[in-house]
Amino acid sequence: METLNYRFEQGTRRLTAAPEVVGVVGSGNLEVLIEPAALDGACTIEISTAAVGFGKIWEAVMNDFHARWALADTRISINDMGATPAVVSLRLDQAVQTMLGDAA
Amino acid sequence: MSWNTLQQNRAARLQRASAALGVELDGKSLPAARIADLLHAVLECGDRVCLEGNNQKQADFLGHALANLNPERVNNLHMLQSVLALPEHLDVFERGVASRLDFSFSGPQAARVARLAAAGKLNIGAIHTYLELFSRYFIDLPPRVCLIAAEAADRHGNLYTGPNTEDTPAIVEATAFKQGIVIVQVNKLVDKVPRVDVPGDWVDFVVQSPRPYYIEPLFTRDPAQISEIQVLMAMMAIKGIYAEYEVQRLNHGIGFDTAAIELLLPTYAESLGLRGKIGKHWALNPHPALIPAIEAGFVSSVHSFGSELGMEEYIHARPDVFAIGPDGSMRSNRAMCQAAGHYACDMFIGSTLQIDLQGNSSTATAGRIAGFGGASNMGADARGRRHASPAWLKAGEQARAGRNTIPRGQKLVVQMVETFREHMQPAFVEKLDAWVLMEQAKMAIPPVMIYGDDVTHILTEEGIANLLLCRTDEEREQAIRGVAGYTPVGLGRDKRMVENLRDRGVITRAEDLGIDKRLATRDLLAARNMKDLVRASGGLYNPPKRFRNW
Repeated sequence: METLNYRFEQGTRRLTAAPEVVGVVGSGNLEVLIEPAALDGACTIEISTAAVGFGKIWEAVMNDFHARWALADTRISINDMGATPAVVSLRLDQAVQTMLGDAA
Repeated sequence: MSWNTLQQNRAARLQRASAALGVELDGKSLPAARIADLLHAVLECGDRVCLEGNNQKQADFLGHALANLNPERVNNLHMLQSVLALPEHLDVFERGVASRLDFSFSGPQAARVARLAAAGKLNIGAIHTYLELFSRYFIDLPPRVCLIAAEAADRHGNLYTGPNTEDTPAIVEATAFKQGIVIVQVNKLVDKVPRVDVPGDWVDFVVQSPRPYYIEPLFTRDPAQISEIQVLMAMMAIKGIYAEYEVQRLNHGIGFDTAAIELLLPTYAESLGLRGKIGKHWALNPHPALIPAIEAGFVSSVHSFGSELGMEEYIHARPDVFAIGPDGSMRSNRAMCQAAGHYACDMFIGSTLQIDLQGNSSTATAGRIAGFGGASNMGADARGRRHASPAWLKAGEQARAGRNTIPRGQKLVVQMVETFREHMQPAFVEKLDAWVLMEQAKMAIPPVMIYGDDVTHILTEEGIANLLLCRTDEEREQAIRGVAGYTPVGLGRDKRMVENLRDRGVITRAEDLGIDKRLATRDLLAARNMKDLVRASGGLYNPPKRFRNW
């Protein structure tokens, strides 16, 4: 297991909806929890991953995610069992879109 | 000067067979127990022998008999085979009965082909596409003896192939009209065949096999294994390519990517109002993933390379859609369907394993000589085509815009691939593994499945790269990098140039197409498992045992 932490400052979009969990470890290969949190306008992402050595790819995926959504005061926890970047991006986008609703 | 050596040689072979089998040869029919005697009698060392190994049906009884011949009596055979699927297909080389091979596809046996070739036991003439190999049967590689499989024969040798006609007509015609010997294994001998697929006077020997021939349900995919990413890619394919070019006539490759598209026609494509506008005419095996689209009224006609196990009753009940004989069962024909897919289809879309920066697409991996199959012909612009259609014209216009060339159309060739395969293997590479295989197997050229200059679109979860719109090699490379995601090739993109290509519509992302990613879930599939497919068929589809998982 490897744990990776990212923090993006000065987001512009705040979540209002209840925490959202998408993807289930066991039947799938990725669990994502997104929740509002008082973080001085930042978005933090903590990733626990079973696949070691892909830090550079995770960083690129998270940078692009932040470029798309610029979330503020949001805590994201990811529990990964070997999902591809495609699955990670899709699940994150689906969760955020659902939480932002029409604002997305 | 003698002008009839082939006829004389044929007569000598038939005479030897007659002498060897004596009264046990009843007309054209012989007992299964005497098959080795027949083969020893008719075969000569160095003969070109075509053993029918198809994608689906296998002349397995004859293949087994051939592999077990005495290599001191019969050796150095030159095998012609479209598909090497069974262990027996390589046992002939291992045992020294055969030494040379011309073939198309060896998927399940690819590693062993590579080992035998490296050990010098198997000398590969060439690796072909299907249509290319069949063509050579008629020109420079006519089989001296062919060993084929049929459903039934009558006492005149008339053959009934049932729905899995596949390669049989091409092989028999090439052999019989060059005075070769045609030997058939049949599941049963009957007084009258339900229909004549091969006329009896082209057939020399018939043997009833102790077991029905083996048949592989090669194209069947369980919808339960389709991923959300594949659903997302299928949505992009339908909206960004099928609708965009009004694709009415097409061929789908094998695999889950295209199965997802088939299962999205009655749901997503229907919601976009595309019924009747896309996907009417198909060159495709009758695999079960198409059932929901047929039932929903998307599909007008399907012509097939081979049949698919378990689909017999469904096909029988949909004679407007499939090619049905007077007996009510389908006739497939790989050679004709390959020609149809090449000349009469406006699009091929299929999966691959690796794509390089020029768009060359390959399924070759080091240590495995797997060959090609059908994709190379389906996935190539038909340069001899002259009739127009909206899709063909639009692709041609895009490729020629701004150039001073005479107007002509172009086939759409779409390669669909996730940026990472399993175990995080990147699908986009600077250099194809095909180059390594070329060195290993001492080939003249790297084995490329679809050449970059035939590929018109590359579709990944990151979007669609329209290579028709690229004007320079550099643009083309950046368009490919632009949909290569987080692979090293993708991360190596020129960001500004990629954004520019996106502005010009060369790269289209899901959001550019107005696709709501929240819909990209398995709920969008018209069938989510095998049982759903059975239900969609009204109980007519009868899945093979290994797919009965409910």
